[in-house]
Amino acid sequence: MSNNILVFIEQRNGKVLPASYQLLALAGRLAPQTGGRAEAVIVGHNVAALVKDVAAFGAKKVYTVDDAELAMYRVQPYAAAVCAAIDAAQPKMVLAPTTAMGRDLASRVAARKRAALAIDCTEVALEGGDLIATKPMYAGKFSAKFRLSSSRLQVATVRTNAYSASEPQSGASAETQAVALVLRDADKRAKIKEIASTSSGVKDVTEGDVVVSGGRALKSADNFEIIHELAEALDGAVGASRAACDAGYQPHTRQVGLTGKVVTPRLYIACGIDGAIQHLAGMRGSKVIVAINTKKDAPIFKVATYGCVVDLFTLVPLLTKEFKKMKAH
Amino acid sequence: MRILTIVKQVPDSSATVKVAADGKGIDQAGLKLVQDPFDEFGVELAVQLREKRGDVTEIVALTLGPDKAAEALRVALAMGADSGVHICDSKFASHNELFCAYIIAQAIKKDSKGFDLILCGKYNIDLDAGAMGPALAEFLDLPHVGAVTGLDITPDGKRFTAKRRIEGAEEVVECDLPALLTIEKGLVEPRYPSLPNLMKAKKKPVTVVNSKDIPGEDASEAGVHLMSIAPPPPRPDCKFIEGEPEQIARELVRLLREEAKVL
Repeated sequence: MSNNILVFIEQRNGKVLPASYQLLALAGRLAPQTGGRAEAVIVGHNVAALVKDVAAFGAKKVYTVDDAELAMYRVQPYAAAVCAAIDAAQPKMVLAPTTAMGRDLASRVAARKRAALAIDCTEVALEGGDLIATKPMYAGKFSAKFRLSSSRLQVATVRTNAYSASEPQSGASAETQAVALVLRDADKRAKIKEIASTSSGVKDVTEGDVVVSGGRALKSADNFEIIHELAEALDGAVGASRAACDAGYQPHTRQVGLTGKVVTPRLYIACGIDGAIQHLAGMRGSKVIVAINTKKDAPIFKVATYGCVVDLFTLVPLLTKEFKKMKAH
Repeated sequence: MRILTIVKQVPDSSATVKVAADGKGIDQAGLKLVQDPFDEFGVELAVQLREKRGDVTEIVALTLGPDKAAEALRVALAMGADSGVHICDSKFASHNELFCAYIIAQAIKKDSKGFDLILCGKYNIDLDAGAMGPALAEFLDLPHVGAVTGLDITPDGKRFTAKRRIEGAEEVVECDLPALLTIEKGLVEPRYPSLPNLMKAKKKPVTVVNSKDIPGEDASEAGVHLMSIAPPPPRPDCKFIEGEPEQIARELVRLLREEAKVL
């Protein structure tokens, strides 16, 4: 085993998920403590072009597993690819983003390697070689610390935006190594028939760096237009509370909360959302939270960074105007 | 078709959960425990498959947990599972999902008839993790599809098509059975077990499995230890912005730019 930290670079169709670069920055920060370096593995087909960016964001060595069987994400071939890269790199630790892909893949890889695993970490630290993972439990009501023993490979998935990416160093070079993929027939049982976009051109709520959410107080699907306009001005995504989705104002794919999606954007703007526990569980990890609500005692203000006790129908269009003005300057 | 549903007993999502005195777990006193709502979707799906298809021969519910976890098993039996397996041993008590998945896999391997379909929740609401399904599939060398929102099994019971939501898209996966599926909210609506069915469930067979059946495994040696649990770090107090709406809008944009620096 080396002392290196291997980051799984999540990509679809040659587009790297920015959270992968955040993990390279984290790996770079932890590496001096392990006495190793930040390395990366890119899995896919025709991914050579991505190496440059991955190096620019801090990987000192990049393993590529490039194969036609890996053109689309399927968990078993990808798990085989990551395990092959682990065999080649012998890392101390593997980091992956907490996404649909990352959760799925890290779990299978960690099982195959009989590793120690922590999913959805908000913080990753080292203590005497052990990995100390901080992660939410009980729907975010608690934050737990787990010790992942150095006697095993340590695997952790890390929340988007828990760490910031470093400034890319253009021209930074990295050692590269191609790793061969060996698949059994049993790895190819699942086939992707179709991937249909559900966001119809709008950013998915889990992808937005800024999320603007509306609650029941919007009163109708049509009124959500002002939420969309504000999100657009901020190049963000639209979210909604469970009450707003249940009322049919927005599709359930946009629902933020325990039974919807957990989001951790840089900026979360809650418009007309009171802040039921189940909603707070889905957004309290956001970096900055703005709450707009006419009820000053609404629970949402307990987690908000900035509070505006004012009618959202008045304030939201004014905000859109201000943000547009700011952008124009 | 034989179906296995994995169920876990967890604190009710609406219960007030308190940290235990030692800070290393939660206070169990008076805590309302339920079958995990996501696992419940798996039980419901199994029962619906039997109602819709003629080829479901048996539904087995399995739980790993302390004595009390038998209650979660009884709910699954009352919903329609035929028999239960309760893996119950203090050596297996753990927040380490990989370890639990490994133990469950060993118990499943002891079943000589084998399962065509294994179901569990996309994650459990206590751990907020979701490694159980994928890890169990890995230990059994089965394919899995995670967070399923749509399912169609061919009439011959050999293949299925599953839909799952990923970031910004819906994925349609075709795969052979046997396989493991983790279930997302929305696929099925769990039934409430009726009182007569709850009574009947008490008579259904439950096999208890312990460390004598799965020797040589101990959670304390599995590499993951819960050190502490605490309320999340408090967020800074809310700064209320006052004034006329126009002033609020201008001031908020200024603060987001200059103070919070998120724009």
